Amino acid sequence: MVPLIDIRNITVGYEENIILTDVSLTIHDSDFIGVIGPNGGGKTTLLKTILGLLKPLRGEVIFHDCMTEGNHHHIGYLPQINNIDRKFPISVSEVVKSGLMSRKRIIKRYDKKDLEFAGQLMEEMGIYEIRNKAIGELSGGQIQRALLCRALVNQPKLLVLDEPNTYVDNRFEKELYEKLRKLNEKIAILLVSHDLGTISTYVKSIACVNHSLHYHPGNKITPELMEAYECPIQIITHGKIPHTVLHQHEQ
Amino acid sequence: MSLLAMNFFRNALLASLLASITCGIIGTYIVSRRIVFISGGITHASFGGIGMGYYMGFDPILGAVIFGIFSALGIEFFTKKADLREDSAIAMLWALGMALGIIFIFLTPGYAPNLMSYLFGNILTVSLTDLIFLTLLTIGIAAFFILFYRMILFISFDEEYALTNNTPVRLFNMILMCLVALTIVLNIRVVGIILVMSLLTIPQAISNLFTRHFHRMIFYSMFIGFIGSVGGLIFSYIYDIPSGAAIIFALVLMYGVVKLYFVVHKEMVK
Repeated sequence: MVPLIDIRNITVGYEENIILTDVSLTIHDSDFIGVIGPNGGGKTTLLKTILGLLKPLRGEVIFHDCMTEGNHHHIGYLPQINNIDRKFPISVSEVVKSGLMSRKRIIKRYDKKDLEFAGQLMEEMGIYEIRNKAIGELSGGQIQRALLCRALVNQPKLLVLDEPNTYVDNRFEKELYEKLRKLNEKIAILLVSHDLGTISTYVKSIACVNHSLHYHPGNKITPELMEAYECPIQIITHGKIPHTVLHQHEQ
Repeated sequence: MSLLAMNFFRNALLASLLASITCGIIGTYIVSRRIVFISGGITHASFGGIGMGYYMGFDPILGAVIFGIFSALGIEFFTKKADLREDSAIAMLWALGMALGIIFIFLTPGYAPNLMSYLFGNILTVSLTDLIFLTLLTIGIAAFFILFYRMILFISFDEEYALTNNTPVRLFNMILMCLVALTIVLNIRVVGIILVMSLLTIPQAISNLFTRHFHRMIFYSMFIGFIGSVGGLIFSYIYDIPSGAAIIFALVLMYGVVKLYFVVHKEMVK
């Protein structure tokens, strides 16, 4: 277990509106962490801080040496699909290749090796045939595939996914999780989701984020623990088929 | 061929060509990035500069360049730093520019020559200086877009992702906003403040009917813009109407015809 990123006591937000308080988390190279928590609890804020889009007010995010080799961050990022302008005139292969951009490549052409890898990824994800189509002509699942290729094309050491299961067809959802399980043999994954029921069979550990963060080593979590973690979301039980049982409200 | 022989008509033709190239590229950027409203704000804010030029006795277009660039960067700054709603900031700047222009022109003693040509444009009075500046701008924009095409596409499509890749997003945004402002201001001579936005959006709307690819949209828009400008020029010559308005009319007419073709075609396929 090699540590990739150390999040040390970060507080994020604005002085008058603190979203995360004193959050710490270490991400290792073989981790598959499911990030859960209520809406507005700070899941996306945590993600954005790791990605360097937000600067913490206090505390720090430390990238270990292996994460800062070369010029880029070695983080692949799959944003929420509704952050994407689906009418933007851009083709699938252009989206995928854009993942190769970095400071030193602003003018320099892409290497042949990189382009071959991009093609290979698109083939694996089943979007090679439609690579010249504009994203406006694709389904939500196909766009997700293209975005996933973009996140992987730079061969990241950590893959960060923000609610990949919203607005996506069931077939792709299952495929995606199987794909992630395979990817996790080589890289670390941080998966934000509201659907603990589905992800709990895939993730190795769970981080409950609700202004603070409680790390739970293991993918089984009991209602009692969730309560202790102050993480009021859907509660799961493990049967033969993973399913979701909603916590009963007191009348 | 007696038409072409006329010096001013040749200038007008050259101006149409340069306007089509600059507006083809910058317009595609504006439309794809959904910053048409911002561009409208910059356009009208630059009227303040035109008024200042009149009042202080320098070339009004120079004043417009200054106001255009400051408002472009101002919108970037205020919406990011001052926590002001973007559309409100734009509306304020839009009106402020127009108001300043009116005040300056009111304070200028005597008659303001060519004022109408800044509002509605007159491609037939485009001067040699205008053409030189337009040529320089065309070269600058074309070079920038050829050199940094992938980066521009990357940032425009998903700015947040570009930021996570550690690329100089802010620098590019600033340069592009300046190019937008310059394109708008220099094309004011061709079609005027009130109509310049349509030169940046109608060719794109037409080419969007044919393609959903960024680079193709640029080339189609250039071509369509040029056809529309020359068509409008001929209209204005034959019927003796203002050229700017005639160009816009020609472009909207083209849009209507193409759209109608697609609608009918679709019905027939059904």
